Amino acid sequence: MTPKTMFEKIWQAHIVHEKPGQPSLIYIDRHLIHEVTSPQAFEGLRLAGRPVRRPELTFATMDHNVPTTDRSLPIEDATSAKQMDTLARNCKEFGITLFDLKSPDQGIVHVIGPELGLTLPGATLVCGDSHTSTHGAFGTLAFGIGTSEVEHVLATQCLLQERPKTFLIEVTGARPYGVEAKDIILSIIGRIGTEGGTGSVIEYAGDTIRGLSMEERMTVCNMSIEGGARAGMIAPDETTFAYLRGRPYAPTDFDAAVARWKTLPSDPSARVDRTLRIDARSLTPQVTWGTNPGQVVAIDARVPNPAEFGDPNARKSAERALDYMGLRGGTPITEISIDRVFIGSCTNSRIEDLRRVARFVKGRRVLSRVYAMVVPGSQRIKQKAEQEGLDRIFKDAGFDWRESGCSMCLGMNPDTLKPGERCASTSNRNFEGRQGKGGRTHLVSPLMAAAAAVEGHFVDVRQYDLKEG
Amino acid sequence: MEPFRTLDGLVTLLDLPNVDTDQIIPKQFLKRIERTGFGQFLFYDWRFIDGTRPNPDFEMNADRYRGATILVTRANFGCGSSREHAPWALLDYGFRCLIAPSFADIFFNNCFKNGILPIRLSEDQVETLFERVRATPGYRLTIDLEKKTITSGDGLAYGFEVDEFRRLCLLNGLDDIGLTLQHEEKIRQYEASHTAA
Repeated sequence: MTPKTMFEKIWQAHIVHEKPGQPSLIYIDRHLIHEVTSPQAFEGLRLAGRPVRRPELTFATMDHNVPTTDRSLPIEDATSAKQMDTLARNCKEFGITLFDLKSPDQGIVHVIGPELGLTLPGATLVCGDSHTSTHGAFGTLAFGIGTSEVEHVLATQCLLQERPKTFLIEVTGARPYGVEAKDIILSIIGRIGTEGGTGSVIEYAGDTIRGLSMEERMTVCNMSIEGGARAGMIAPDETTFAYLRGRPYAPTDFDAAVARWKTLPSDPSARVDRTLRIDARSLTPQVTWGTNPGQVVAIDARVPNPAEFGDPNARKSAERALDYMGLRGGTPITEISIDRVFIGSCTNSRIEDLRRVARFVKGRRVLSRVYAMVVPGSQRIKQKAEQEGLDRIFKDAGFDWRESGCSMCLGMNPDTLKPGERCASTSNRNFEGRQGKGGRTHLVSPLMAAAAAVEGHFVDVRQYDLKEG
Repeated sequence: MEPFRTLDGLVTLLDLPNVDTDQIIPKQFLKRIERTGFGQFLFYDWRFIDGTRPNPDFEMNADRYRGATILVTRANFGCGSSREHAPWALLDYGFRCLIAPSFADIFFNNCFKNGILPIRLSEDQVETLFERVRATPGYRLTIDLEKKTITSGDGLAYGFEVDEFRRLCLLNGLDDIGLTLQHEEKIRQYEASHTAA
């Protein structure tokens, strides 16, 4: 038999119909929806008089719009409230399970999927959100779709898809001190560029990747889309199985499922379309300086000079980015001072992220002129963090401790930057205006964000004693 | 979906690479629950100063480009968020065809679902279009999806590639869901035999 990649195995197992010259019709095992990209899909179903084919395979939550302040207060923004009400009404009408603001399982869609065991190895999973790539950390073929496709999945439980190319990224060697999963993925995007993965599904492999926890793997897969790839995957292994065992929606015959999942990893010598090898020992803590995630450098580097870019479009892009970011080429990254810190988002809001930040800030203080917030990814994480006393540590250090949601990653709710404010953010996008019109976003790891909160400027975390205290 | 066969239209320009969907339609406008009415917010933070006055430095705002239906832009157009509000805004503003060296995957896909034709041309061909459009006020292109050609009165003639299935869907304005439901029996068979993961 021809050796197959993990992607090929999953893809082939989900083909419902194939005809040469046409996209394949593939079956979708799991569909996640949220309030922003689903209303028009339900409206389409209603207009066409179509039912939801398998309502038990779709799960809904509210995350993008939700306020992260006290849940007992009414939602001030009427349009946000309407969008949430619309989701609740649609879920009720079509029989879909919804984790609403009152649910103890509410949270960012890409946090709660894995947390509840809705994300499983070997499955196909889609959501009307580009960061659906996160779920690939479990050996799931997971990708973001538009609203028309959300409607398509609701109506047919299938999607028409062209077969993507395969891109193997192997990271090997010991991860240096102070280098986090976020730094691995930012470095990868820095190398391949924001369209390096276009048309591809990335598989992350190598001993460095295998050594990552599930939380860290999710951080890596989450930002696959920032490298242009729709999906990023990591082969399931004992780490994956241990994470999933006992989760509410995990298979009841778990051992039988594990036996199936063990057949998923890519066969040795399976052919891929492209390979990139990275030596983890060369990795450093990363900071973005521009307005796309590929515009990134090491903490001990300087803001690049646009003249350094040979390609005229890259040069123009850099000039524009520096102008927007209010930075000058040649400035050491460690001399960039910040006003705000955001710890949260589907990239870095999980319990391990919060524990790492708490360990660092314990006994330290957020600089008085900096406003820093921690937004847990889900209610379950919030509760766990509070059980562990992390909320106390954050508050004592001067952080604002919030309710769960997407929050300032995209600023659809009231959590936004003011024009000109500069933010060290653990989120995934530094686009112009992403966190608020005129706001300046630098993407960093949770540890780098915590250190910046304390010092008021970017600082090399490798200079601290980061050992567990 | 409105079929797309031929389009003769005025061309406008957006001279930036990596235009993300956050720029095409900023987040504050994603709270509507309809598919329509997004055109007024297209490129909002670039098109307007303080959300009110048209920004004179935004090339597309020039009078000569008013009524354009074809947008020529740079590489990786539509990257970032999967929001279909981006093609809805472009369509509502009047665009039916986008030309660039490359597009981000999800955005590219979303365009076809809404009757917008995204065309990939080489960097050189796109550069030529930029030059000609800038040099010639009122510059128009004719896009023929049947023949897969782009032509202009000045003799410019390019062919382009488009996936055959997508081409037929656009030419006939076909609804994907309707097409998939023709395979109802196969979906049922699959469901009967498939062990959930």
